[in-house]
Amino acid sequence: MKIHIKNGRIIDPANRMDEKADLYIAAGKIVAIGRMPADFHSNQEIDAAGMIVCPGLVDLSARLREPGYEYRATLESEMEAAIAGGITSLACPPDTDPPLDEPGLVEMLKHRAKSLNQAHVFPIGALTQGLQGENLTEMAELQDAGCVAFSHAENPFADSLVMMRAMQYAATFDLSVWLRAQDASLSRIGVAHEGEVATRLGLPGIPTCAETIALSKILLLARETGARIHVCRVSSAEGVEMIRQAKAQGLPVTCDVSMNHIHLSEMDIGFFDSNCHLVPPLRSLRDRDALKLGLKEGIIDAVCSDHTPVDDDAKLLPFAESEAGATGLELLLPLVLKWANESGIPVAVALSRITSLPARILNVDCGHLSQGASADICIFDPECYWKIDARSLRSQGKNTPFIGLELKGKVKYTLVGGHVVYRAGT
Amino acid sequence: MELPQTREIVEKLAKEIRPALSAEVFIVGIHTGGAWLAEELHDMLGLSTPLGTLDISFYRDDFERIGLHPEVKPSDIPFDVDGADILLVDDVLYTGRTVRAAINELFDYGRPASIRLAVLVDRGGRELPIEAGFAGIRLDLREQIDLLKNEKGELELRLRPK
Amino acid sequence: MQNNRQINKNGELQHLLTIEGLPASMLHHILDTAESFVSVTEREVKKVPLLRGKAIFNLFFEPSTRTRTTFEIAAKRLSADVINLNIGASSQSKGETLLDTVNNLSAMHADMFIVRHAQSGAAHLIASHVAPEIHVVNAGDGRHAHPTQALLDMYTIRHFKQHFHELKVAIVGDIMHSRVARSQIHALTTLGVPEVRVIAPKTLLPKGVEHLGVHPYHDLSKGLKDVDVLLMLRLQNERMQGALLPSAQEYFKYYGLTPEKLALAKPDAIVMHPGPMNRGIEIDSSVADGPQSVILPQVTFGIAVRMAVMSILAGS
Repeated sequence: MKIHIKNGRIIDPANRMDEKADLYIAAGKIVAIGRMPADFHSNQEIDAAGMIVCPGLVDLSARLREPGYEYRATLESEMEAAIAGGITSLACPPDTDPPLDEPGLVEMLKHRAKSLNQAHVFPIGALTQGLQGENLTEMAELQDAGCVAFSHAENPFADSLVMMRAMQYAATFDLSVWLRAQDASLSRIGVAHEGEVATRLGLPGIPTCAETIALSKILLLARETGARIHVCRVSSAEGVEMIRQAKAQGLPVTCDVSMNHIHLSEMDIGFFDSNCHLVPPLRSLRDRDALKLGLKEGIIDAVCSDHTPVDDDAKLLPFAESEAGATGLELLLPLVLKWANESGIPVAVALSRITSLPARILNVDCGHLSQGASADICIFDPECYWKIDARSLRSQGKNTPFIGLELKGKVKYTLVGGHVVYRAGT
Repeated sequence: MELPQTREIVEKLAKEIRPALSAEVFIVGIHTGGAWLAEELHDMLGLSTPLGTLDISFYRDDFERIGLHPEVKPSDIPFDVDGADILLVDDVLYTGRTVRAAINELFDYGRPASIRLAVLVDRGGRELPIEAGFAGIRLDLREQIDLLKNEKGELELRLRPK
Repeated sequence: MQNNRQINKNGELQHLLTIEGLPASMLHHILDTAESFVSVTEREVKKVPLLRGKAIFNLFFEPSTRTRTTFEIAAKRLSADVINLNIGASSQSKGETLLDTVNNLSAMHADMFIVRHAQSGAAHLIASHVAPEIHVVNAGDGRHAHPTQALLDMYTIRHFKQHFHELKVAIVGDIMHSRVARSQIHALTTLGVPEVRVIAPKTLLPKGVEHLGVHPYHDLSKGLKDVDVLLMLRLQNERMQGALLPSAQEYFKYYGLTPEKLALAKPDAIVMHPGPMNRGIEIDSSVADGPQSVILPQVTFGIAVRMAVMSILAGS
């Protein structure tokens, strides 16, 4: 199968490329950009006039709800959502049921994902058995089974000793440790940022120090254990500042932010909108602005969708009883473009936050358009507006604070391994 | 059409009521126009019994359609209704629905010995079997008619095209 | 973003969910209407036919005999039919969701729901899912709001002090967990009270409470100086010892209202409490039963205020 993508604007942040050119694919790989190779006879031509051709997006956190929560969403529905969102590689956190703490489960997930022949799925293994924070998992075995990193999902470590041991053990095998900075006790009863809105609405709060205390523990333990650390979903201005300092001191730490948090704040909760019940909580406007700036300056390396499909029954409840999370795979691209547009950031720089930089954090060969690379490609119309509603979303989760909004930037084609796996309007 | 002076109509009404009145009668005016008129009549007739006022907002039959009146005033019945002879006073008698509501409300204060009705204007158009024992003037009107209080504090009837 | 659903497009009150966002004119309208109902409740026949034929459901997901009873009396004095449901124990434990329950009751042709729930926002949730002809009154949701309590408090203040614009008002006690306090704060600031103080130890004051337009105090003696109105709050049993407070005794010593503490306020200051009182914990008996206490009038006015709210809603 040979594909010729012509007339598009090719943006490949990894190779600092942003120009109008044609792209040639053969045998699942990118064979050339610009001049047509000799003897190239395409089976398929894609006219990308007016569109941007970029590496398939890399999402650092997408819950596919398998195994265990198939009533919420299935691998099929969510993988379809991923490619409809231009995402060709995604990492899934271990908080499935059972958690990804055994090689068999990981192999099964990899196998199921592979058989769908869509996006590449990179499981993140659990650091402790059952994410209980007591006994370590077989991390080395899990890595062999396909885990690219290890995390504790949304379960904060209650025991600092176990946390340190988990990091030491991961460091032994040079495994990357992904952690969410949230103190177990300070966040135990809260459901919203402890601030003006929670006070007004009478919602139990999660203080900013729940993040900063946990973050300082993570950073100190990273120094102590030498583990490679990735901080997931930073949410506060103070958190961004701590990462800035850690990076300045040369600590090997990276960090991501959820696409929801660069656009929304506690104010968006309005009168108890459970679609804004997210983890970590939406914080103040000042925090949101610091996250946007941190992302612009590169203190925050990547943006993830933090895709968490939740069914209506779990959202149509009083705020504190509703389940946290929002659907995201299909909104990642338009929301990053929106951020770029609002912050005056070139599209190429914005795309690096969802292609080359998260690929580097994953430590997987993806997120670029180098010659010889797997042809994982996203082609989108940067000027196309579309309305976010239950019908336009393929994910089984229709819950998002952006429901009803019009966003700019629509994926038209997604290619994985040189095959068109998604085409808009089909 | 030309109406006589409001003052004249009030005096005519008082004159009509006087012979039929005992000293023991209690006057009750319906908010707002009826209450003003009741006050005047109370003075003119030289009664010493306490004067009552009714706001029939809670007894209206059109609540379902138009909701609660934005300016509800408390009703004030400063005497024992049980066994009392009451002269109910309103400005304009039209469909009879207001008077119906007022009678119902009075019965929630007790069981009066009798209720008679005095109005400044009986303009016809009844929808209920209610009639005024005393009326200052009886007309057949198409227009709306309202009792107002002017800057000098005098009562004044005013016609308003429908 | 979800909007406040209590005002309909004609500017009328469709639901009463919170005091927040209601204009002062609306609050005065409710209080004025309540005044007319006070005179009704003093009559021989204490009811009016206003809501004849209406079905009002008392939906109590959290037990509260007192508040439920006052709503029941108010509804009956308006001639409505009242159906009491204590749901805490039945359907919720059988897995029926809040909205299932509400939909079932709507199908029984309810006209109004009076809702009490342990979770903040429950009344908003219900209001945003009921048919347009059904009205919802929040009778207390979690820590969020208890608008009719705040309105009866405002009625009481207006009754004894006539005007709001020269008052100093202090709210004393567990502000953090109190829906009553939140609604009182919104009502007082909306009605133009120039100085609202909240007095509590730091563990019982929510973060950023000053953004609601109040002045926080931690010392009762300083906070009570020269105030005209004292709004005492109930301290829940489960909060009397633990990580919020060491003991009820220590709380009483530092935050309990005694005659000595009350003497620091203006000589004609009034003392209010939403009930039920913890005597000897937040308030000394001699104050609760003393000449400055208006706690019993509050109860009487409470019924008239609830009648006013129900009749304004039913007529919108």
